[in-house]
Amino acid sequence: MASAVKLEGITKRFPGVIANDGVNLDVADGEIHAICGENGAGKSTLMKILYGMQAPDEGRMIINGEDVSFSSPKDAIAKGIGMVHQHFMLADNLSVLENIVLGAEPANRGVIDFPEARRRIIELGEAYGLKVGTRDLVETLEVGERQRIEIIKVLFRGAKILILDEPTAVLVPQEVEELFRNMRDLKAEGHTIIFIDHKLDEVLEIADTITVIRAGKTIDTVKPEDVTARDLAELMVGSELPVPELRESTVTDHVVIEAIDACADDDAGSPKMRGVTLKVHKGEILGIAGVEGNGQAEFVEAVMGMRPLTSGSISLEGARMLGWGTRRRREAGIGYIPEDRTRRGLLAGFPLWENDMLGHQSMEPFVKSGFWIQTEDARQHTEKVVDQFDVRTPSVDVAAHALSGGNQQKLIVGREMSADLVALIAAHPTRGIDVGAQAAVWEELRHARAAGLAVILISADLEELIGLSDRLVVMLRGELVAELDPNNVTPRDLGSYMTGASRQGGGE
Amino acid sequence: MTSRTSPLPDLTSSYKRLLGTPGPGRTVSWRVWVLGAIGIVLLLSVTQQFAKLETNDLTSSGTWIIALAWSVPILMAGLGGIFSERTGIVNIGLEGMLVLGTWFGAFGTILYGPWWGMVIAAIAGAFGGLLLAVATVTYNVDHIIAGVAINIMAPGIARFLASIHFPERGGSITQSPSITGVSNFSLPFLAGGKIGGWRSPDILGAVEDWDWFFVSDFAGISRGFVSGMSWLTLVAFLIVPASTLLLWKTSFGLRLRSCGENPHAADSLGINVYKYKYYGVVIGGALAGFGGGFLAVQLSGLYREGQTLGKGFIGLATMIFGNWRPVGTALGGLLFGFAETLRLRDPNAAHGLLLLIVIALAILVLRALYQRRTQVAGWLALTGALIFYWYLSTDSVPNQLPRITPNIAVLVVLIFATKRLRMPAADGQPYRKGETG
Amino acid sequence: MGRRIMYVLAAPLVAVGVALVISSIVLLFAGANPISAYQNIWEFGTRLETLIETLNRATPLYLSGIAVAIGFRMNLFNIGVEGQYVLAAIIAAKVGAEINLPPVLHVTVIIIVAMIVGAFWSGLAGFLKVTRNVHEVISTIMLNAIAVAGVVSYLLSIWDVPDESLDTALPTIPESGWMPSLNGFVEIFTRDIKRVELWGFILVAAAVGVVYHVVINRTRIGFDLRASGENATAAEVSGTDPKRMILTAMVLGGAVAGLVGLPELLGSSHAYNLRFTQQLGFAGIAVALLGRNHAVGVAIGAFVFGWLDRASGVLEVRGDAPREIVSIMQGVIILAAVVAYAVVERKRRAEEAAAAAAATAAALAARQVAADQGGGS
Repeated sequence: MASAVKLEGITKRFPGVIANDGVNLDVADGEIHAICGENGAGKSTLMKILYGMQAPDEGRMIINGEDVSFSSPKDAIAKGIGMVHQHFMLADNLSVLENIVLGAEPANRGVIDFPEARRRIIELGEAYGLKVGTRDLVETLEVGERQRIEIIKVLFRGAKILILDEPTAVLVPQEVEELFRNMRDLKAEGHTIIFIDHKLDEVLEIADTITVIRAGKTIDTVKPEDVTARDLAELMVGSELPVPELRESTVTDHVVIEAIDACADDDAGSPKMRGVTLKVHKGEILGIAGVEGNGQAEFVEAVMGMRPLTSGSISLEGARMLGWGTRRRREAGIGYIPEDRTRRGLLAGFPLWENDMLGHQSMEPFVKSGFWIQTEDARQHTEKVVDQFDVRTPSVDVAAHALSGGNQQKLIVGREMSADLVALIAAHPTRGIDVGAQAAVWEELRHARAAGLAVILISADLEELIGLSDRLVVMLRGELVAELDPNNVTPRDLGSYMTGASRQGGGE
Repeated sequence: MTSRTSPLPDLTSSYKRLLGTPGPGRTVSWRVWVLGAIGIVLLLSVTQQFAKLETNDLTSSGTWIIALAWSVPILMAGLGGIFSERTGIVNIGLEGMLVLGTWFGAFGTILYGPWWGMVIAAIAGAFGGLLLAVATVTYNVDHIIAGVAINIMAPGIARFLASIHFPERGGSITQSPSITGVSNFSLPFLAGGKIGGWRSPDILGAVEDWDWFFVSDFAGISRGFVSGMSWLTLVAFLIVPASTLLLWKTSFGLRLRSCGENPHAADSLGINVYKYKYYGVVIGGALAGFGGGFLAVQLSGLYREGQTLGKGFIGLATMIFGNWRPVGTALGGLLFGFAETLRLRDPNAAHGLLLLIVIALAILVLRALYQRRTQVAGWLALTGALIFYWYLSTDSVPNQLPRITPNIAVLVVLIFATKRLRMPAADGQPYRKGETG
Repeated sequence: MGRRIMYVLAAPLVAVGVALVISSIVLLFAGANPISAYQNIWEFGTRLETLIETLNRATPLYLSGIAVAIGFRMNLFNIGVEGQYVLAAIIAAKVGAEINLPPVLHVTVIIIVAMIVGAFWSGLAGFLKVTRNVHEVISTIMLNAIAVAGVVSYLLSIWDVPDESLDTALPTIPESGWMPSLNGFVEIFTRDIKRVELWGFILVAAAVGVVYHVVINRTRIGFDLRASGENATAAEVSGTDPKRMILTAMVLGGAVAGLVGLPELLGSSHAYNLRFTQQLGFAGIAVALLGRNHAVGVAIGAFVFGWLDRASGVLEVRGDAPREIVSIMQGVIILAAVVAYAVVERKRRAEEAAAAAAATAAALAARQVAADQGGGS
């Protein structure tokens, strides 16, 4: 079978790291080819090179038998390559049509031919079973629909080779099936699909061929019928996987955080949290599952004091926290690992030791009498955190933005855990970091639980939730709709509850 | 919205039906525009009736002719802001570009006459835009800081150049010799314009003279739009629909707007974001320069140091008020032009404006009560009562007040114009190719 | 360490260099001789009297710069210093003229009144931002106009004291409200000073600078302010109240802004009149940008700008070149400085990122080697 895409010896260096080191890739015409690897292995970089967003330092690219070199995505598009990015490249304030035709507008001497554009989009939509309304603003659409638009965007430009970067990262299992149906339709029409995924069961289900990449190098290319998920995982990580340890339950009866019928509005004033009632105990990890946007973020903000409750209450150790500001709650012992570390957890341009203070700047050892900053004590504290939590940095005076995502997250986890806590909220704590850092964070969460903290874990990673939680609840449209036992639930079931496809009658 | 049992008839649904549904991407439908226009004319008519004793100028065509002209610099600044912000660059430097426009417009007119003067003014403004673009796009300087730097530089440049060129021509460091602008015209039939050598009947003028409530007021305002208008004003107002077409109906416009909404998306589709940002800011500067030139050449008849009086910032406010769209901005410009005109023409009219404000506040109080926001209604009513007392107990306002009315108006506009507005999503954010946010 | 100094100095030096080049070009175009113009400026500018006048000019500039810098640290653009200080000055002048207290107390009262007025006017803008999300750039600029063209102009008209000269002016402040000159102190080190007096308020300005530095860098409140300026969301997560931060920064900035008019008021004019120096608010923005919001940097910037202002007076006398060239120089310095700072900053960031990445890569490689050797642990 002829090669649609052949990459030979692709090498790409960034300051301090070799992202791709002589990578080889051979994608046959008309197949679905998966690229697997952990976070930071170099997969995204490789695809960006293929799509013309970056230029390789060394190596050859052969598309449909022809040697090519791209200086911008335009060139790649011209060769029939289209890319659907992991983080959608859509403009919320523009309509579906505008987003799709941008850069490839059908036009008469500069003036856009709207009827023609509309016709072609509807035609594409019908041919591939993708339905969209062309006039709607993108911001009104849901995640699954947005992805469909990204695919149409790519097809609109006549792409024959589609690159999908972690397409299932934002989808629940039911939406993933819908996506796979679309992919098979496209394959039937003669398209070639390359997709990046690190969820091994999905890869084994849909791919025709799998290439594993680790630390910037191609490790192996296999057929799904020849390998198991475990084989793949070992190829990705490079060593034997750690065996999940059996642990003793540390859950107690002592209630640390209790929410009773808590309600809150979103920024626009509409109710987002509609009566959340739950208890978190000492020594327990409570996992909250849910599709993003169903009230979890508002719940976290309410617990942290950043969002006022419109009714109901949230208590810490039996005391209602009504009117308590964020600072008071932190001083009372609530720690917080925020979901978006750059936006909510770090001061990018400040040195590490000042970032260590963040969230604790009114407390010892950082300040005396709540007022004067103790620089030396602060730096020593940071040195300890860096050492204990394995944060890789030349010094504690380096600015936070210089660290990699994984190290930043370790610093954040470390600074929270070094404080005197009774409760910890971890929101998407391992999002976007490499596997080594991920394992370290999980370890720390287990330590926290063992030390008697009450931990609330919010995550979109279903396996993380199932693996870490002692109890699982599902949040949908601002309410808790299910309480589940992590030992008896599969990601598929969890996905059903999260989308409302299944319901739990009379849950606790 | 939570349901509420209200003794008042449910006007909401019939109100909504009357207003129609907006087309996609629009905040309000066209029906709202029409109703709004009628409403404003009505408001002015009513106020005029009450204020008859002291001023006739609220709805006279004389006022509105001038109001139209005085709205141009602000409108141009606002349009300039739109082009810039729609590509994602906040343009605080509009004031400086306006200043450059005044100086170069005056100087160009002295040398080559008004039309060329305006061209040179636009080029000068474009140069200011280029400077801003280099600083913000290429060097990623904070937009506001770069804009402030340009605002500091521009008067210095103007002063320096004036010290060299004007004294020998009969002016001074702070003032140019006087210049003449472009000629005026009036539409035939509606406003008595000339056809050939024959003076056609002035229909609107006649209706205005009847002094009928609302009808004459409407005629007066309309006549202001079609008589005594300079060709430059016409050009300026034609730029408004032209801008709308350019930005929403062409490829260029779509790509430009995409850079202000999601530059990384545009980049991923092969669009050169840097290029379009440059375009947007430079075009914006040119428009501001045109506005400044118009101020010097057409409105004041000379360049004077400090004549812009913050119109660049007022232009920014109209841009916000107009929801980053040309037509809304034009309306805002008209509003400020009207305020400015009253101040210039008839100081007593400023006193009459107080009454206008009281009536407008009264309407807002009723609306707040209907929405059951009693606290808001209370504050509005209190303010209205205070202003009404002020109106009744004085004959005139201190002459400082008219001068600062536009500034107060901007604050008021910004205080109330919050939620329905939608600024370009990536406005003000530094952009560097390849670095995803 | 040497590298850091290099980084700090590079941008301003480049900026001044660029300004010199551009100004020379402009002067040549205007038919003037840049070399002789610069020579004249230097000669005149290094005389003792000119330096004293420079310090006098720099003092209010410094205060203005600090007022703006407080806002900048919080990522707030307080363009309103202009209106704040003029309003504060006229009200403080009126109060000062109406009361009669022992010297130190009298001056202190004037200072406090000025700070309160400035804080109030600035606080208005802060209040609008916090409650209605009105952007402070536009609101402070509008408040400037309302203050200067509106309130102050009105107050001047009603508080005017008719006297022999046709000057519009407020009543004079009695001598107990004057700030003493420091000439006696300076003359210890130098010769006798002719014609000019060094305003004593420079000591107050220095104290303000010290307090600014200490509070911003060494206290928790300063940390909260800086953090909010760097990343308001992260700061909120860490426990700061964003609204309180904004108000605090605006009010503190306004309080300092209120002082800007006092050096002149207490040191020379002793009454508010039409000749009162304006435009110091905008110059303060320039100086704060140049000094990168750092207490010492702003001082240097204020000195440089003040010196350019004073020393260029000689050009008017000699007729070599239009005096206005200085305003172009100042404008170019600012633009060049902000560009240079941005460039230097990016370089520094890239270097730091590379260093950190290298450290990580080295550690990862070591881990890999250990893992391969150990065969899984």
